[in-house]
Amino acid sequence: MKNNKTIQTILFNLLGLIILTGIACKKRDVTGLEAPKFPKTADVFIDDFTGDLGYGAFGGSDVRAFSIETRETYNNSRQSMRFDVPDANSPLGSYAGGVFISNSGRDLSGFNALTFYIKANQAITVGEIGFGNDFGANRYVVSIKDLPVATGWKKIIIPIPDPSKLTAEKGLMYYAAAPIGNRGYTFWIDEVKFEKLGTIGLGQASINNGNNTSITTFAGVNTTITGVIATFNLPTGVNQIVNLSTAYFDFKSSNTAVASVNANGVATALSAGTSTITATISGKPATGSLTINCAGRYVNAPTPTRPQSNVISIFSDAYTNVPVNYYNGYWAPWQTTISNDFTVNGDNVLNYNVFNFVGMEFTAPTVNATSMTHFHLDAFFPGTIAPGRQLRIILVDFGADRSFGGGDDTRHSTTFTAPTLVSQSWVQLDIPFSAMPGLVSRNNIAQIILEGGDNSTLYVDNVYFWR
Amino acid sequence: MNFQIIKTKKINKVNTFAYLALIVLLSSCQKDGIQDLPKRSWELTWSDDFNGTAGSAPDNSKWNFDLGTGTNGWGNSELQTYTNQSSNIQQDGNGRLLITARSGGFTSARINTKGKFAQAYGRFEARIKTTHGPGIWPAFWMMGANIDSKPWPQCGEIDILEQKGQEPHITYSTIHGPGYAGGSSIAKMFSLENDRFDNDFHIYAVEWGTDFIDFYVDNFLFHRITPETLKGKEWVFNQPFFIILNVAIGGNYVGFPTAGTPFPQTMMVDYVKVYKQR
Repeated sequence: MKNNKTIQTILFNLLGLIILTGIACKKRDVTGLEAPKFPKTADVFIDDFTGDLGYGAFGGSDVRAFSIETRETYNNSRQSMRFDVPDANSPLGSYAGGVFISNSGRDLSGFNALTFYIKANQAITVGEIGFGNDFGANRYVVSIKDLPVATGWKKIIIPIPDPSKLTAEKGLMYYAAAPIGNRGYTFWIDEVKFEKLGTIGLGQASINNGNNTSITTFAGVNTTITGVIATFNLPTGVNQIVNLSTAYFDFKSSNTAVASVNANGVATALSAGTSTITATISGKPATGSLTINCAGRYVNAPTPTRPQSNVISIFSDAYTNVPVNYYNGYWAPWQTTISNDFTVNGDNVLNYNVFNFVGMEFTAPTVNATSMTHFHLDAFFPGTIAPGRQLRIILVDFGADRSFGGGDDTRHSTTFTAPTLVSQSWVQLDIPFSAMPGLVSRNNIAQIILEGGDNSTLYVDNVYFWR
Repeated sequence: MNFQIIKTKKINKVNTFAYLALIVLLSSCQKDGIQDLPKRSWELTWSDDFNGTAGSAPDNSKWNFDLGTGTNGWGNSELQTYTNQSSNIQQDGNGRLLITARSGGFTSARINTKGKFAQAYGRFEARIKTTHGPGIWPAFWMMGANIDSKPWPQCGEIDILEQKGQEPHITYSTIHGPGYAGGSSIAKMFSLENDRFDNDFHIYAVEWGTDFIDFYVDNFLFHRITPETLKGKEWVFNQPFFIILNVAIGGNYVGFPTAGTPFPQTMMVDYVKVYKQR
């Protein structure tokens, strides 16, 4: 945390002076006073932090990644911000990431962009950089993903999609950067400030990445709107796409009897029929839409028939499930998969949206599947199976130490593709342990990892080991 | 720019001339300066408000199409093929002409009034919302109607609006003629501070007389050319000129489009109006 001690000292002394002189004064009338306004300060970091900024590192990151630099500065300014990204698997933290927070919050409604200069010691990509992450509600987050950074200083402009919403914003800048090719690197940022630029082209916001797509779903099922972006034209004539949170948008369902949609962009199918979800941002339409084709009643996965005594169940309504830590580990920062698990007529279903990969874990206790012969899982793909699409099922055994790592973990990945994978019909998958030689032992199975998602939706049911 | 006091039939022009020269010299990059512009009165001689129905082609009693790739990319190594398809050129039913440059085989459109309208001297203006993106080159310009007998650059060329899409805050005005053509043409840029031309409509105009060519953006005079500017080269601006509107892609003037150039790019023309001095 960087404090400007000089300013603090001055303020402290001033405060003392005011208190001393205030004692002898008349009692002030405090009615009719306006609520304090948030400062409209533009500067975030020029030669040092402006105002009451603090820094907080993300969990799992190297907390010492950020420091103040006096040599590699933009335009010979006095100081810049320096970020040292660690090597992969560094014991100090596996990536660099954190938030620069204004403790009191600022009124940013008079600006239309966060700008800064950035360079690195080699050509790199910063995974995510933006503002609005305040270590709290994170309501109005805007970010650029995978920002290429070169060895010369370059000005980056991150436009604010609707500045009128940022009247009390604390999250002034945040970032996350991972090792590249398992090696770390260094980058610098300087001249961070908010600006009102007339040189940015009028932006266009989009949901669903500007595409009009449809999904088939069932009554009672939630679907989260994704691909929430805004496209601006930079002063150089090229477009910049930023990701933004759903809080900037107002969502609408065209047929509210078929589907509803809430302020967070989560649509709920209600009854059979079709409804199209669209959005506006400060009154202007966003491009893109999601059409919900609600097929009415949900079609259950086929009910398992094996006797309970021949089954160790992880997730199924037909069996008693063993204790499970979680069905979605939310493994930050690279997992996009979110869960919108639903229950239809007492049938519980795991519903993975924006699925890229997800992990289920069970370590209290781990599962001894030595006497089992197979692993089973039912999968349902509501959307189309894109060419090349895979579903990879990975079983992980934690070994004798019953915990992650330690040199005794083993795993095996099994890949499924079309024609096994079909759309809109339950796919029942069985993998014999004899076909998983990578799983050297199976008396401490602890994780099931599903991979191969393309950010679409996947339902999963009836996850169990059997013989 | 140097100005000498010259003899002219219009006495009141001399003082205005010198005063104007001083102001233009000092303030050609910003519009805040107050200009004491020459008082000229105009009467409308020709116009097109593009009031056709949505999807319709421009009025063919006024406009011809330039089609194809010309010679060597219209002389500039431009990449586009000009078409007359409505996807590249149409009126939008709201009083505007849309010229759209498209990728996937670069296409666009270029129209002119050659053989249908030309005028010597006067005020030629258009209200236009331009384009952006590296390699995108919109233009509103004129060439001498004697081009068939006096090939370019002898026929003369007056460029009222040219922009380079990678710097959408700058607009250029230029003249070409014998000895001052292509790389040695006489050009001047006008730059917006903290704004860009493609965010809104702007009025681009030239006022042209026997001894002056004045270029305006939003009625701010930013570039004046007189016979003295040519330093002894031939003044070829005493015959009628016809009008051209187009959006080019790539070429020697603007450079080439990149992977970052957003397509399609549409130039919107609200109107073109031509006046003569009363």
